[in-house]
Amino acid sequence: MLNARRLLCPLPVIRTQDKIKQLQPGDRLEVVATDPGVMQDIPAWCRIHGHTVLESREHEGEFIIVLQVGG
Amino acid sequence: MNKQRKAVALISGGLDSMLAAKTVMDQGVHVEGINFFTGFCVEGHTHAIRAKAKAKPKRNNALWVAEQLGIKLHIVDVIDEYKDVLINPKHGYGANMNPCLDCKIFMVNKAKQWIAENGFDFIITGEVIGQRPMSQRRDTMPVIARESGADDLLLRPLCAKYLPPTVPEREGWVDRDKLHDFSGRSRKPQMELVKQYGISDYAQPAGGCCFLTDPNYSAKLVDLWQARDNNREYELDDIMLLKVGRHIRPAANFKLIVAREEGEGRFLEGYRKEYISLFSLSHSGPLVLLDGTPSAEDLHLAAAITARFGQGRNAESVEVTITQKDGSERRLRSSLSPAPTFRRRGIYEPGRVKRQAFVMSAAGDSYAG
Repeated sequence: MLNARRLLCPLPVIRTQDKIKQLQPGDRLEVVATDPGVMQDIPAWCRIHGHTVLESREHEGEFIIVLQVGG
Repeated sequence: MNKQRKAVALISGGLDSMLAAKTVMDQGVHVEGINFFTGFCVEGHTHAIRAKAKAKPKRNNALWVAEQLGIKLHIVDVIDEYKDVLINPKHGYGANMNPCLDCKIFMVNKAKQWIAENGFDFIITGEVIGQRPMSQRRDTMPVIARESGADDLLLRPLCAKYLPPTVPEREGWVDRDKLHDFSGRSRKPQMELVKQYGISDYAQPAGGCCFLTDPNYSAKLVDLWQARDNNREYELDDIMLLKVGRHIRPAANFKLIVAREEGEGRFLEGYRKEYISLFSLSHSGPLVLLDGTPSAEDLHLAAAITARFGQGRNAESVEVTITQKDGSERRLRSSLSPAPTFRRRGIYEPGRVKRQAFVMSAAGDSYAG
């Protein structure tokens, strides 16, 4: 899980980008953030880099995105 | 078969960098984007903080541009390295605290490092001669190329015909004849290119892409430094908080940050362990953070100001809770009557807080009262 709480975009995107560099294709990553901007920005970043958003939801003021690392 | 050349384009999210990248992509070059996050970037911030923007989520234009172009975008955190650019700009500041020329040199230098590390051949920017008073002038463009270390690996496709041929042109990686000769502040050539490329949507940031070009933001930054005995060091939280709320300095030793709406209130909540915080208990009102070392008398004034910005502004008295960083609380009843010392300073008018006297104008603040 990547804790991106209290970070404003684009920092959650940057942290996601940096974390994914350490992962392998097929790995999953859950990002938890408090900036609603992640619901736009992380899927956009995933689309241009070939990763897949498996799930995105809001839960008690937090925004959770689960993604799968592309090949 | 010729090797496909690779270029990295500095993508701000605006139209020029988009057109510059597209111009080079159309010549068969593999282009990827790079975007540097300094902490002062307008892109993506206040809309995230402020509740009113929630109904219409704002896109990150750099990501959007990359998606439209079909290229990868690498967003690079340069917050710490950028401090030296802002604090010690070799070429000075622009109209406000914007070190535009040093900033461009810094970013092109970072791009130069990036292409070396990633096996790319050259760098693209969307600069246009004469478009910006500091960083996009005929005389400063060579300075950027030279001092960044990029030299003639730096290609400016939109105004290349006014500049000496660079390595990509000399080596035939790009055809100079298909580059452009844009200059000045007119956007007409860009509009023609937009039509030619069939681009239907693009960002037009009215005040540029950086908070440092904003006079109100700059004033708050200078105030922050002055309050710290001119120590110009800063942390990310410092500069983020300058983007949020009304900033009010009743005295040299403390200032207040007053949330202007629900979204800002939620954002400021996250800082309650790092700052003294105040809110009205008897009436609804904004969360207020206090930065500094207030005396007991200062806390009464802070409570009065907190009361003034809430629904109890016309009440005879308002109960205000003051929470210290360690979580300990005390309650003050503010009658909004002026303390003599503050009346002498001219901060108060009889019977009410003179708001304008306190408020340092807030960047882009449509709510400033």
